[in-house]
Amino acid sequence: MNRQNLGYLLALILLALIPLTGIYPVFVMKIMCYALFACAFNLLLGFTGLLSFGHAAFLGSAAYASGHAIKLWGFPTEVGLAFGVLVAGILGLAMGAIAIRRSGIYFAMITLALSQMVYFFFLQANFTGGEDGLQGVPRGTLFGLIDLKSDFNLYYVVMGIFVLGFFIIWRTVHSPFGQVLKAIRENEARAISLGYDVDRFKLLAFVLSAMLAGLAGSTKMLIFVSATLTDATWQMSGLVILMTLIGGLGTLIGPVIGAFIVVLLENKVGELGATLTGWTGIEWFQRLGESVSIVIGLIFVICVLAFRRGIVGEFGAWLERRKALKQN
Amino acid sequence: MITIFGIPLQAFLGQLLLGLVNGSFYAILSLGLAVIFGLLNVINFAHGALYMLGAFLAWMGLNYLGLNYWVMLIVAPILVGLFGILIEKFLLKHLYKLDHLYGLLLTFGITLLIEGLFRSFYGASGQPYSSPEALRGATNLGFMMLPNYRAWVVVASLTVCLITWFVIERTRLGALLRAGTENPRLVEAFGVNVPLMITLTYGFGVALAGFAGVLAAPIIQVSPLMGSNLIIVVFAVVVIGGMGSILGAIVTGLGLGVIEGLTKVFWPEASSTVVFIIMAIVLLIRPAGLFGKEK
Repeated sequence: MNRQNLGYLLALILLALIPLTGIYPVFVMKIMCYALFACAFNLLLGFTGLLSFGHAAFLGSAAYASGHAIKLWGFPTEVGLAFGVLVAGILGLAMGAIAIRRSGIYFAMITLALSQMVYFFFLQANFTGGEDGLQGVPRGTLFGLIDLKSDFNLYYVVMGIFVLGFFIIWRTVHSPFGQVLKAIRENEARAISLGYDVDRFKLLAFVLSAMLAGLAGSTKMLIFVSATLTDATWQMSGLVILMTLIGGLGTLIGPVIGAFIVVLLENKVGELGATLTGWTGIEWFQRLGESVSIVIGLIFVICVLAFRRGIVGEFGAWLERRKALKQN
Repeated sequence: MITIFGIPLQAFLGQLLLGLVNGSFYAILSLGLAVIFGLLNVINFAHGALYMLGAFLAWMGLNYLGLNYWVMLIVAPILVGLFGILIEKFLLKHLYKLDHLYGLLLTFGITLLIEGLFRSFYGASGQPYSSPEALRGATNLGFMMLPNYRAWVVVASLTVCLITWFVIERTRLGALLRAGTENPRLVEAFGVNVPLMITLTYGFGVALAGFAGVLAAPIIQVSPLMGSNLIIVVFAVVVIGGMGSILGAIVTGLGLGVIEGLTKVFWPEASSTVVFIIMAIVLLIRPAGLFGKEK
């Protein structure tokens, strides 16, 4: 067994032990959801070179779809989750087909505009509950066997979903299909000249990424038993970009670390503000908790200017440097 | 009462005017985006936040310093422009050699930062700003009442748009700018200070956004989030028009504003999405945009 696989195995064991340590399981489940969301996003940006500024549309639509199916149509939980993924996939197919007609900066603007359209649709549609969102979705049972009302049981189901999603991405990246995606990222013109139908590959990657983002959205809905408009906002699309950027673009594990940092930040900024007020006596820091976007924006600016490789990327570069030094 | 397709004429013309007002904002903002993109290759996400900054400066000028609308209509865009110059000099400048996407991400971060700051001071709700005295009330045109301030907004923003068009397309300065868009290194070889030109262009582009912000202040409530909701629609406008032509940006902006206004009359539920739907259709038929050139 090589070092990397050993690392994954260790991480898996640690993840499985977390509920036994007394750490609040919902918090870790939230991180796993965002991590899966960021990994799905990274499949597009990091491995295909497409910046989607509208991934919240998939997170939100899957959450609404599975919430609606479970609560009002009485779907069993696992079918409801699958339905959410399906809806996100169909939406991804439609959005992707339009967006891949332009590339680069336009692609980003188009996905942003289309996801805003989806947001307005959710805002006005009857089934979403408007500003209140869809509340009180029953968690039900998994395959009629495991009762999901207990956070403990749900934790292992969410962990299973996360590991499955991560495995799909890992498998995709290391498949011949993944190699073509990387070729498109590095040099699209050359990939075309080699005879690859680049548009079809891009669309397929887009749909796959949308479905995985949808899986994250459906799972998030199940944890919080609600689907809200927040999931579909452009701020959420921005947040997933930040998670990926902090962790490391085009690395497998980077988005997971990025998601961990961002969720931790969102939860702790309020406390940080209160502490700063305590130290400095400046009242303003108290309000930091309400406007997390100041902190998020600041980190964004710093990351783009000085930290573009992200944590995992920088660590990898440091390892390379050390290896080079040793060889000399 | 005269009706058009079953809609009272008054309501119809009122929405048409509202559409024109919105269209003028789309035009002036997409013009700024196009000018900046031409030279810097950066899509300025912060455009919306700087539009909000312009509106807030007008409000602050009145409430803290007692400076009236007309003074702030000049001062606010200059301040926003100077702020833009700082952004370009200290932040954006470092990204020109990289993928253009980083420029978008940086300005997105700046947007969150500016909006978050304003929200921490003023909350999410809007601040009222009354229109200047000279433009209050309405003029009776016989067939409709024309609110003076709205008419002024359309006239003022179109004038600024046309002056910008004239300067870029018909003067020597504009010729240098267009040459810089085509081939900056060659223009530099002719002894033109291209980095300075880039800085000033960014400053000018965002000053336009600040100007639009002041114009908008009396119409909509001045609030920290007024810009980012608008900028996404403006992005769609830019995609529809394509960024190849200045006049194209103006025409597309106005036209889409009018279409949006008319949608509000006939199918109110679709009015917030109609621009995005048009964008999708245009992309399917003519991916480069109505006035764009495929590169």
